[in-house]
Amino acid sequence: MSTLKIPVGPEDHVQGSADAECTLVEYGDYECPHCAHADPIVKRLQRHLGKRLRFVFRNFPLSQLHPHAEAAAETAEFAAARGKFWEMHDLIFENQSSLSLALFEKLAQQLGLSSADLLDALNRKEYEARVRADFTGGVRSGVNGTPTFFINGQRHNGPFEYEDLLAAIEPAGR
Amino acid sequence: MAAILTPGTLAPEFSLSVTPDQKLALRELRGNPVILAFYPADWSPVCGDQMALYNEVLPEFQKFHAELLGISVDGVWCHEAFAQNRKLRFPLLADFEPKGAVARAYGAYRDQDGICERALFVLDKDGVIAWSYCSPIAVNPGADGILDALERLPKQE
Repeated sequence: MSTLKIPVGPEDHVQGSADAECTLVEYGDYECPHCAHADPIVKRLQRHLGKRLRFVFRNFPLSQLHPHAEAAAETAEFAAARGKFWEMHDLIFENQSSLSLALFEKLAQQLGLSSADLLDALNRKEYEARVRADFTGGVRSGVNGTPTFFINGQRHNGPFEYEDLLAAIEPAGR
Repeated sequence: MAAILTPGTLAPEFSLSVTPDQKLALRELRGNPVILAFYPADWSPVCGDQMALYNEVLPEFQKFHAELLGISVDGVWCHEAFAQNRKLRFPLLADFEPKGAVARAYGAYRDQDGICERALFVLDKDGVIAWSYCSPIAVNPGADGILDALERLPKQE
């Protein structure tokens, strides 16, 4: 059984309280269609479970397969450094069919961030190490594709439709 | 599930096609750790694909100077198309004729299906199996076991 080797910490992007009964960690790739499919499912779980659920998103870009995945992840980290991680995270998934540098610039502007600063950060690979750290931590925890979910530290194997995740989360929270 | 070769065993020698006109022999890689990843077939679904994952993890394997070889019963032309499509940066070997002979030597062949098991072997620099693992056929085993095994190998001078 694969377990989460990197505990949730201050560097993480977190929604919900540390006292929540259940912590759901997702390793995801912004260009992966299965991750885009999972995004509204996670939101529905959050609505249903409320304070009982804490959600954490970590980067796992399969960048050889997905040419925009790395830049997308770095764009989300750029926004995170300016307090807009979840806004950018959602916008990128909503626009998955048209990922491009021009789109990332447009999304930055939409969130009131400087697109020039974004381009500069991407050129200087300012957030590359951060994204790679998420990735390697995921590999060591047994992430074997995207999305991979961990429920209270245990890897969730198998399908990840709403009912599957809810059924896996409910006993974990008791 | 087949009984795969266990740690301490000298890895059986082989020479397999790596491109339509090139062969690779295991003994050529002596001196560095080798990862053998037997897998059932090219062209399994994209984002959860084991070879695509290893392609991304390659820099971590290279920190240990380890060579990764993917092995299945698919032929060289199939491997070539698959490797190009997934932009794989490591060799895929064709255990094609006699079919599955190398997989059989490692105990990693599924007679009932005519394909390789999802079996992993980490060999030390002398070609001795240091770690092996056979995953349920439908489960991508990830790379954590390989990295743990590489970490446990004696440090190279």
